[in-house]
Amino acid sequence: MIQEDLERIRKEAQERMSRAFSPEDINQIKVNILGKKGQLTGILKSMKDVAPEDRPKIGQMVNETRARIEAALEDAQRSLEARLLEERLKAEVIDVTLPAKKIERGHSHPNSVALREIEDVFIGMGYEVVEGPEIEKDYYNFEALNIPADHPAKDEQDTFYINGEMLLRTQTSGTQVHEMEKGRIPIRMIAPGRVYRADEVDATHSPVFHQVEGLVIDKGITFADLKGTLAEFAKSIFGEDTKVRFRPHHFPFTEPSAEMDISCYKCKGKGCSFCKNEGWIEILGCGMVHPHVLEMSGINPDEYTGFAFGVGLERVALLKYEIDDMRLLYENDVRFIRQF
Amino acid sequence: MNTPLSWIKDYVPGLDVTDKEYSDAMTLSGTKVESFSRLDKNLEKIVVGRVEKIEHHPDADRLWVCSVNVGADSNIVIVTSAQNLQEGDVVPVCLDGGKVAGGHDGSPLPEDGIRIKAGKMRGIESDGMMCGIEELGSSRDMYPEAPEDGIYVFPKERAKELALGSDAVEALGLHDTNIEYEITSNRVDCYSVLGIAREAAATFNKPFTPPQVTVRHEDEKRAEDMIDVEIIDRDLCTRYVAAVCTDIKIGPSPFWLQRRLANFGIRPINNLVDITNFVMMEYGQPMHAYDYDTIRGHKIIVRRAHDGEEFVTLDGQTRHLDRDVLLINDAERPVGVAGIMGGEDSMITDSVKTVLFEAATFNGTNIRKSAKRIGMRTDASGIFEKGLDPNNAMAAMERACQLMEELGCGKVAKGYVDVKEEIAPPVRIPFQPEKINAFLGTDYSKDTMLEIFKKLELEYVPTSAGDADGELVIPSFRQDLKGFCDIAEEVARFTGYDRIPSTLPSSSATVGGISPMMVLERAAKVVVMAYGFNEAMTFSFESPKVFDQLKFAGDAKERQAIKISNPLGEDFSVMRTTPVNGLLTSLGTNYSRRNKDVKLFEIAKVYLADELPLTDYPDERPQLTAGFYGEGDFFSLKGVVEDVLTAAGIKDKPSYDPEAGKPFLHPGRQAKVTVGDTELGYIGEVHPAVAKSYGIGGRAYITVLDLKKVLAKSNFGHHYEGIARFPGMSRDISMVVPKSVTAGQIEAVIAQRGGKLLESYSLFDIYEGEQIKEGFKSMAYSLTFRNKERTLESEEVEKAMKKILNGLEGLGIELRA
Repeated sequence: MIQEDLERIRKEAQERMSRAFSPEDINQIKVNILGKKGQLTGILKSMKDVAPEDRPKIGQMVNETRARIEAALEDAQRSLEARLLEERLKAEVIDVTLPAKKIERGHSHPNSVALREIEDVFIGMGYEVVEGPEIEKDYYNFEALNIPADHPAKDEQDTFYINGEMLLRTQTSGTQVHEMEKGRIPIRMIAPGRVYRADEVDATHSPVFHQVEGLVIDKGITFADLKGTLAEFAKSIFGEDTKVRFRPHHFPFTEPSAEMDISCYKCKGKGCSFCKNEGWIEILGCGMVHPHVLEMSGINPDEYTGFAFGVGLERVALLKYEIDDMRLLYENDVRFIRQF
Repeated sequence: MNTPLSWIKDYVPGLDVTDKEYSDAMTLSGTKVESFSRLDKNLEKIVVGRVEKIEHHPDADRLWVCSVNVGADSNIVIVTSAQNLQEGDVVPVCLDGGKVAGGHDGSPLPEDGIRIKAGKMRGIESDGMMCGIEELGSSRDMYPEAPEDGIYVFPKERAKELALGSDAVEALGLHDTNIEYEITSNRVDCYSVLGIAREAAATFNKPFTPPQVTVRHEDEKRAEDMIDVEIIDRDLCTRYVAAVCTDIKIGPSPFWLQRRLANFGIRPINNLVDITNFVMMEYGQPMHAYDYDTIRGHKIIVRRAHDGEEFVTLDGQTRHLDRDVLLINDAERPVGVAGIMGGEDSMITDSVKTVLFEAATFNGTNIRKSAKRIGMRTDASGIFEKGLDPNNAMAAMERACQLMEELGCGKVAKGYVDVKEEIAPPVRIPFQPEKINAFLGTDYSKDTMLEIFKKLELEYVPTSAGDADGELVIPSFRQDLKGFCDIAEEVARFTGYDRIPSTLPSSSATVGGISPMMVLERAAKVVVMAYGFNEAMTFSFESPKVFDQLKFAGDAKERQAIKISNPLGEDFSVMRTTPVNGLLTSLGTNYSRRNKDVKLFEIAKVYLADELPLTDYPDERPQLTAGFYGEGDFFSLKGVVEDVLTAAGIKDKPSYDPEAGKPFLHPGRQAKVTVGDTELGYIGEVHPAVAKSYGIGGRAYITVLDLKKVLAKSNFGHHYEGIARFPGMSRDISMVVPKSVTAGQIEAVIAQRGGKLLESYSLFDIYEGEQIKEGFKSMAYSLTFRNKERTLESEEVEKAMKKILNGLEGLGIELRA
């Protein structure tokens, strides 16, 4: 009797499950059959009418039925969920070619991008990045760099003066002197910063621009060390296959002095309109620190030697990013800056 | 500085190189070649021809039909419109298929020249073209004998030497290259053909053969009897050599001399002028020629001008002089501004009979300053200002006299008048080959070095002691060689910089890094860029009018700006004391270009003087300035400021005082940003009138933080504080607040009275308008309390809340249910 009831309940449950469309349907079946007032519970309640000796057996049958129904319900639930998920995924197809949503991030100025690269190269070689004053004393900008009062280089550099004693530095080289005067040797430093020269603004000139000065002082520093260091720098900034060429030049505060060219990275040195058919592009000035400059800053030139270099930051930026007009750097049109 | 390559080759006869080889090698040995240009560029198939017959063109009045002998079996026919030809004239002829450099009108030369082809002219076949000097790429300036308009005709004397059909470009001396050099200021000797030729000889390892100079002094009279020289201001003139030439015959220079000057780009004038120009280029020593008969008292006095003295130079201009200008005078009056220009009264004319030559050594700095001050920079002053070798004055004088004799220009009187300061003995520098190698990082032999010195005319004197390496005696023309490192450079230059190895310093290791300020700058940049600000760079100097534009009061400290004494113009004349003008200008530029929603920032310095005029270093203070227009408001910029301070490791909450006192900001929308007692900067909406004056439409916002002050407060050490494990409790406060009470005041009460348990608070609603009574606003805060060690008791929270609410009521705030 009970046995038949159980079988009927199970079949009915099975049949309802096959018609279930939602998780609610499944739940309803669960409540109807397994709930407190459910059919199976009803059967358990009717156990009191069963002979005591039969009760364990009946009980076991009820439990088995319950277990089977529960398992069936679980299966039904799973497959229903799977089906629903599949339907949802089908319904949720998007057009992935619609425009992206972006947070407009800011961009670095090309000078900063170039400077950061230069700084990283030299920090990697053990250089300290230092800064010096832009409003400088005549002594540090000229005299201590072997450019005495009447030297023509003072005219050549078209200096802005504040008064007879103070001026706007025409070069970052004065920072060399400040560092040397601190008397801590060895020195390995670079000094980036603004410099000023009385040039009218045009495509290749600006009265305000930036240089990065470099200075190394130690025992036994050679011209070969200068060459090797700057060759590393050129490779890091302009590409691993960049060649360098050193040409003799003259600066009052270095001797021997040189200008360094890099092989044109557009034509690989073959000659093109970019390098004016030379195959080489002038990039910086450098040399062995003049013994007199060392002496003036309190360093014994018989004990120590060193090299120095100065590179125009705008020159690097203009070349590297192929910017054809220097005025773009100081106009700050966002359409320009956003490209870096 | 430039030289024709042919002239260099005269003194370095073994030099057999192409223009390119020459340029590259000279550049690498230190005489940088800027450019070179061939004078025979685009001149092809141009031969010497003789016009045998000239007839009128039957159909054209202005055309001539010429039969021209170009050395071939039969004459060719050339139709020309030139009107200057005679039968028998010898002319350059461009044959069919040849090329000329340009048109006959002297307009700029086309890059590829002009191809000449046979063709009919008004029905008559023309086999080529006879050339004017402009068509050959030159000008009447360089060939004074050329006609003003028409075909170049070789002078009769010259024509006799030329074979018909031979290379006419050769005959004109145009197979040459003009080399343009960049000479560094230390190499005075290289402002001369001889100096560069000496470098070329050393570079290519060829013999150097300078001209051999001997003067016959054919006039019986003695120079010292004819002229007296006195130098009064010996500090400005260390040597004055005078020579006298009589029997002067002015005429054109010979062809070779004209070509030398022309290929330099100097116009041949007459033999006398050409000789002084030639010697100036060859020796790098400017010379001057006076008409001896105009020199009163036959006396030269070299002295400073008097203040206010006037003098008419040979260009007819009246010059106003002062006592720093050196004058050449005769017994009565000035005859020339020393080293710069001669006077009108004593200048050479075609009727000159006797010439006084001057070769002097003047103080370079004085010449440079004088030329600049009186606004008269000449070829001569440009050379003198470099500071010349006194020995060169005599050498150049002798060369000029030799040329006078050779050219038949005049007779040279016996001897010279030579007034000079004692010439310093040659510099001697110890030769230290080992030290040189250690300095360069090389291992060149002593002999290699000595060979270089020999080529450069540095005399090696071995020491008698034996153990030392001896000395080098430096010739006086090498004023740049003063010490050990100069000698090392000569070794490096002539062995080649490219032969020096490339190494990295092998000595002590050092730790690289950046300063704390740079750490802060980098951190701040990351934050503002994340908020969409683009990095700007603006000039450090600006116009003092900026202070008015920014509405600064007359006595505002910002107006105490450092002034540039020689600015490019008023717009660039004061060092900025506030960074806002640069950024507002850039925002205005973007606005005018219709760029939407522009956000810019700049990290750059302001320059503050403790006192003016400036006597010591001013305070250069890096500022972070950020500004924008378009999307966003005061509070979005405030968010940026607070995030920058957080990135700087500043834990304390900044406070905002609306009394910022910035006249260029909206009076009701500005605030000082303060942390503790330190004012770090300010933030605000740009005053609408100011924004308008910068061309920014709509609202603009700007903030400035003084990074030195931020750095003083910053702390880059990160420090973990446990994540809360015990539950917190939230309470909301809803209030009706008098409009005059600020959020800052309310928050100060909450923060102060909330005690240790108050973890955080935030404003979640603010409203004014309908339903709120006039003069009030509705505000609501959410407060969170937490005890880090244990679960909170609600009584503790109520106690803290009560304190807070009491405090708020004290501000006139009504609490809502």
